[in-house]
Amino acid sequence: MQRLINRVLPSLLALIGALVVSGLAIALSGSSPLLAFEALLDGAFGSLDGLSEVAVKSCPLLLTGLAVAVSFQAGIWNIGAEGQLLMGALAIAVIGSRATWLPQPIGLPLALGASATFGALWAGIAAQLKLRRQVNEVISTIMLNFIALGLLSYLVQGPLMEAGGRYPQSDALSPEFLMPRLSPYRIHLGLLLALFLAAAMQVFLYRSVAGYEIRATGLSPEAARLAGIDVRRRLLLALLLSGALAGLAGGIEVSAITRRLYERLSPGWGFTAIAVGLLGRLSPVGVVAAAFLFGAMDAGSNAMQRVAGVSSVLVSIIQATVIFFLVAFERRTWFSKISAEPD
Amino acid sequence: MSVDLLTSLLQTTITMAVPLLLAGLGELVVERAGVVNIGLEGMLLSGAFAAMIATFFTHIPLLGLVCGCAAGALLAGLFACVVVGLGGNQVVVGTALNLLAIGATGVAYRAIFGVTGAALTVDGFALWPVPLLSQLPVVGALFDQPLLGYAAFALVPLISFGLFRTLAGVKLRMVGENPRAAAAQGVAVRFTQTAALLACGMLAGAAGSYLAVAYAKTFVEGMSAGRGFIALAIVIFGRWSPWGVLATSLLFGMATALQFHVQALGLAIPYQFLLMLPYVLTLIVLAGYAGTTRAPAALGTPLDEA
Repeated sequence: MQRLINRVLPSLLALIGALVVSGLAIALSGSSPLLAFEALLDGAFGSLDGLSEVAVKSCPLLLTGLAVAVSFQAGIWNIGAEGQLLMGALAIAVIGSRATWLPQPIGLPLALGASATFGALWAGIAAQLKLRRQVNEVISTIMLNFIALGLLSYLVQGPLMEAGGRYPQSDALSPEFLMPRLSPYRIHLGLLLALFLAAAMQVFLYRSVAGYEIRATGLSPEAARLAGIDVRRRLLLALLLSGALAGLAGGIEVSAITRRLYERLSPGWGFTAIAVGLLGRLSPVGVVAAAFLFGAMDAGSNAMQRVAGVSSVLVSIIQATVIFFLVAFERRTWFSKISAEPD
Repeated sequence: MSVDLLTSLLQTTITMAVPLLLAGLGELVVERAGVVNIGLEGMLLSGAFAAMIATFFTHIPLLGLVCGCAAGALLAGLFACVVVGLGGNQVVVGTALNLLAIGATGVAYRAIFGVTGAALTVDGFALWPVPLLSQLPVVGALFDQPLLGYAAFALVPLISFGLFRTLAGVKLRMVGENPRAAAAQGVAVRFTQTAALLACGMLAGAAGSYLAVAYAKTFVEGMSAGRGFIALAIVIFGRWSPWGVLATSLLFGMATALQFHVQALGLAIPYQFLLMLPYVLTLIVLAGYAGTTRAPAALGTPLDEA
């Protein structure tokens, strides 16, 4: 119990701090913080539709948050979840509008697999650059984000543009590749898949040899190497897994929500994911909680904009302050002593 | 290619290159001191916002520039507190800074101008044409810029001199190569990194000011559009040297400028490929560096682990 409190306390304090700071920002901008937060809560939890939207917005954050968690645990700063997500979205859009002869029970899993594979391959470029040419993954993943975005932009305005050629977007996926929804809401089966993967990642990271070796590599590559761990293989595995999870996030989003590919597909999930991962203390269970929290903010932010007149990008301020507080706490000795306790 | 086309291409290239050059020089200084500033994009964006707001309300573009630099420096100060002061992770804090800038400029813009913020324009910086030189064909564009444009180019030899020919520059580079050795020599490591960060923030803020007040003459949410990240690439591509940063800024500026002239030039390249070019080139150059890297040795390392 004490251990649980110690692990959750920094996140809770960071969250409270972020709410205070963003409340101040709202007050400074001339609106009422109470009204804004009330509208935000009501938008997220005030109706079945709102609840369904919370789930919908949480799903990509959960998967990209897991992607960040597994790579950060290995000590790899993968800033490229955004690009990997877009490549995953690209994969399912190509397959889903063309391979229409496949029946759904085969086609959908296959297409989602392709999304995960594309995401992993995109991360694999950064992995190869790091392992073979000592290129810092922070820089390479940032560059790969922009290359993915450019590629996507070119494809939806060129080779993949819809048959009618009216808008810069791909053809709609054929019905075999659509993720089942719980009509009339948008909540979909992909969320269950994401939750299952979170459980699987929890077991993998904390109960398997490979997961243990990944965490050991992240804590100290030198010590891990001396203990006989193949550090390079573990780094590669962590980055590929990270890319696959982010790619899957893109695949599910296209299959369940947008059903087409277009440029502004992601509002920056890959970057929000860093806040999600850190708030969840890089553990899959924590990431689930953090993803739902940020998903709820996302879902409620439009209502907040409508009712209280506060721009929905306020959520970015909350995310940023959460990160600042957590980083600051982590560096305070009394907090790092607590978090250094064994699991 | 006609002279007119060449002239206008060069003109756009310079306009595109100046903010990249300013931000690139800022990042160069801070990376030479051993800090990677991923938050450059956010500093640029808040610089653009502050400069635009100040210019809009006071009609004094110079005051806009001052406010733009101050906004960049403010974010840099925050970065310094968490990274240099507390030893937080540079990558994570930089990313948070970008999120913060997007949120803060968005909320403030909406609070000040409401939903219909469109068509806000400012007069922009006055141009200072150099007599005679600005009349030259083609290269005349080089001599018909606002003062900030000239200043950006003038900073290249200045920063080069400062980094490589002054004691302060030597100390700064020592911190970037080996902070422990520098500290043992009596160099104030944290002070040096904080000063470098503040300088970087001001330069990034100036880059944002140029973008908003000289180029766009308005503010649009998210208008930095990845330029901060291109500036990160420019420092690598320019091999951590001021002259390299200048050359790369012009090269990447031209790649961006070309997209406006693709049709006139009769090029069959999709504009997105031109936009991707800086990033692809940077990856290739990085891959080619293996073993011969010129990056400061302690780049990105937290102080207590260096």
